[in-house]
Amino acid sequence: MISLIADILSWTCLLGGAIFLLIGAIGVLRFPDFYSRLHAVSICDTLGAGLVLTGLMLQGGLSLVTVKLLLMFYFLLFTGPTAVHALAEAALQSKLKPLVDEHES
Amino acid sequence: MYVVITIVILIAIAIGLVRAFRGPTLYDRVLAANMIGTLTVLMVAVLGFMSGRPEFLDIALVYVLISFVSTIAVLKVIALRSNATAATEK
Repeated sequence: MISLIADILSWTCLLGGAIFLLIGAIGVLRFPDFYSRLHAVSICDTLGAGLVLTGLMLQGGLSLVTVKLLLMFYFLLFTGPTAVHALAEAALQSKLKPLVDEHES
Repeated sequence: MYVVITIVILIAIAIGLVRAFRGPTLYDRVLAANMIGTLTVLMVAVLGFMSGRPEFLDIALVYVLISFVSTIAVLKVIALRSNATAATEK
């Protein structure tokens, strides 16, 4: 019974993560500006990866596998935002202009 | 079920590749490479579960760190190169 509940929860997490990964990828393709594309990549990096890894953790159970998945999640949480921040900083320093609405400026 | 997740991740990687080839600026390409790195990590983990060999998780763990270091290294190279060209233009 408990394993059935864990299975259902894990498949829900995996499917939700896959949907968020797809949304992030479509955003990367279709957003008009570099700085708005950063936002779409952050969705992929945090919520999509987090949900997929949580689903895999529920499949792994209490074992070394879960420890490794937790470690991967921990590293992704640190490295993803850091890389995106460095990217935005580099683009700003190279004077890449953000796309602004013309009515406001 | 793992097959569905793998196919979705492959579609996302293909979309990222389109952005990497089309990207108007250099930073778009680095961004797409960063996203493809994250998606590859997830795909390696899911493939390890699908084939019933969780040893693949070690590879995914190393790949997280390599992908982060490669993004930072590429940005460093771009910054150094643009500084060098700015210095020679003056």
